[in-house]
Amino acid sequence: MALVAVNDLHKSFGDLEVLKGIDLEIEAGEVVSVIGRSGSGKSTFLRCLNQLEHHDWGTIHLADQRLDGGAMSPGELSQNVGMVFQSFNLFPHKTVIENVMLAPVVVKQTPRAEARQIAEQMLDKVGMLEKIDAYPAQLSGGQQQRVAIARALAMQPKVLLCDEVTSALDPELVGEVLHVLESLAAEGMTLILVTHEMKFARDVSHRVVFMHHGHIHEAGDPQTLFTQPKTPELSQFIASIL
Amino acid sequence: MTDFTLWDIVRNLLLAGRWTVVLSLIAFAGGACVGLMLTLLRMGGLWPIRWLVRLYVDLFQGTPLLMQLFLAYFGAAVLGFDISAWTAASVALTLFTSAFLCDIWRGCVEAVPSGQWQAARVLGLNYLQSMRHVILPQALRLAVPPTVGFSVQVIKGTALASVIGFVELTKAGTMLNNAAFAPFTIFALVALGYFILCYPLSRYARYLERKLYGAGSR
Ligand SMILES: Nc1ncnc2c1ncn2[C@@H]1O[C@H](COP(=O)(O)OP(=O)(O)OP(=O)(O)O)[C@@H](O)[C@H]1O
Ligand SMILES: [Mg+2]
Repeated sequence: MALVAVNDLHKSFGDLEVLKGIDLEIEAGEVVSVIGRSGSGKSTFLRCLNQLEHHDWGTIHLADQRLDGGAMSPGELSQNVGMVFQSFNLFPHKTVIENVMLAPVVVKQTPRAEARQIAEQMLDKVGMLEKIDAYPAQLSGGQQQRVAIARALAMQPKVLLCDEVTSALDPELVGEVLHVLESLAAEGMTLILVTHEMKFARDVSHRVVFMHHGHIHEAGDPQTLFTQPKTPELSQFIASIL
Repeated sequence: MTDFTLWDIVRNLLLAGRWTVVLSLIAFAGGACVGLMLTLLRMGGLWPIRWLVRLYVDLFQGTPLLMQLFLAYFGAAVLGFDISAWTAASVALTLFTSAFLCDIWRGCVEAVPSGQWQAARVLGLNYLQSMRHVILPQALRLAVPPTVGFSVQVIKGTALASVIGFVELTKAGTMLNNAAFAPFTIFALVALGYFILCYPLSRYARYLERKLYGAGSR
């Protein structure tokens, strides 16, 4: 049984139907890249997966448990699905370690000492252990994003969603964040990434999903998908980004 | 009538001025507590509650404080409550203050970027936890200058409590003038009294504002 099972997902904003029936199954440890044109519904899809948006139709299961439709509280959701945003969204009034410790302490009620230990472990993982007492404003974009990843990991989610996590970064800072994601993938973390980094999608992901007009238009292993696209839409998309 | 020395006048005004300070403090502290509750309800409650809070704020912002004082004082009497001028003034000023602070603070909460709410939500924090740990600390930073600025309005607002017979700075001035008939001196001193209370606060508010926006980054 797949770790994540999405069934016939529909979502509209007013008259605009953004997701028109998405079916997708993701195995534990799988790294899936979602690509597609701007407006094709990639972010909306990701935001439905952690219920930041409520879809109109369809179901989402995680490890055989219903996740959508209020079946899980935000607290439970956060221990199943983590998310990293394009714009980091670190808490500016808290230091790095406080950012990472907040949710375990407040939501999971982990004792502070233990929460700190977990936080240090996660910050170590993303190479930010030396900056523990810095405030977000004192960090580069790449460093902030790495802290944001550590913050999401501290809730020990089963899946990590990443929505264009390198798009707001200066080109020279992209590598350090991708490197962290790559090491997470190597550790067996289940990742769903919306990305414009095609090289990364090709090299690191096990599967690439091409979204077009609210559908999964084409999906498959990265090698075949990029070299032998089956549909003209995907060929065009690949041509447009190269 | 001429047996009032300047010192007598000043001494009496200072004594009454204490009540201006006390009433201001009560109004401000009470208004802050009620205002905070209203802000939370306004931002997070169900829509009928949000609507009620908005109505409340609009009512208090859209009517003169003087009428609110009259209603609190005489209205309570009509309803059969025998309340003192003290109570009436405290209640009316507290409600008045809470309405304005609620509006100021709502603006500050809304000024916190939506990404902060989303980040908190995704980490599993519920509404109150998000407010407490993520949104309010940031909103607070934004709120301090306008809140301190508004405290000046509260102090000046207490002057109106004189019309329901509450003896504070303004009422004391009127009473002294009835006895001593030195309107220019007396009311100049009264005005000076308010100025001494308000000026440091407005200076401080301006300083805080410069510190917040001038220094640039967070
Ligand atoms: N909250 C919202 N309200 C109304 N319309 C929305 C909302 N969020 C997204 N949309 C619309 O839904 C469509 C899909 O948006 P979405 O953000 O999912 O696209 P995307 O594939 O992530 O695009 P991009 O690559 O630009 O990030 C767009 O047309 C967008 O304008
Ligand atoms: Mg997007």
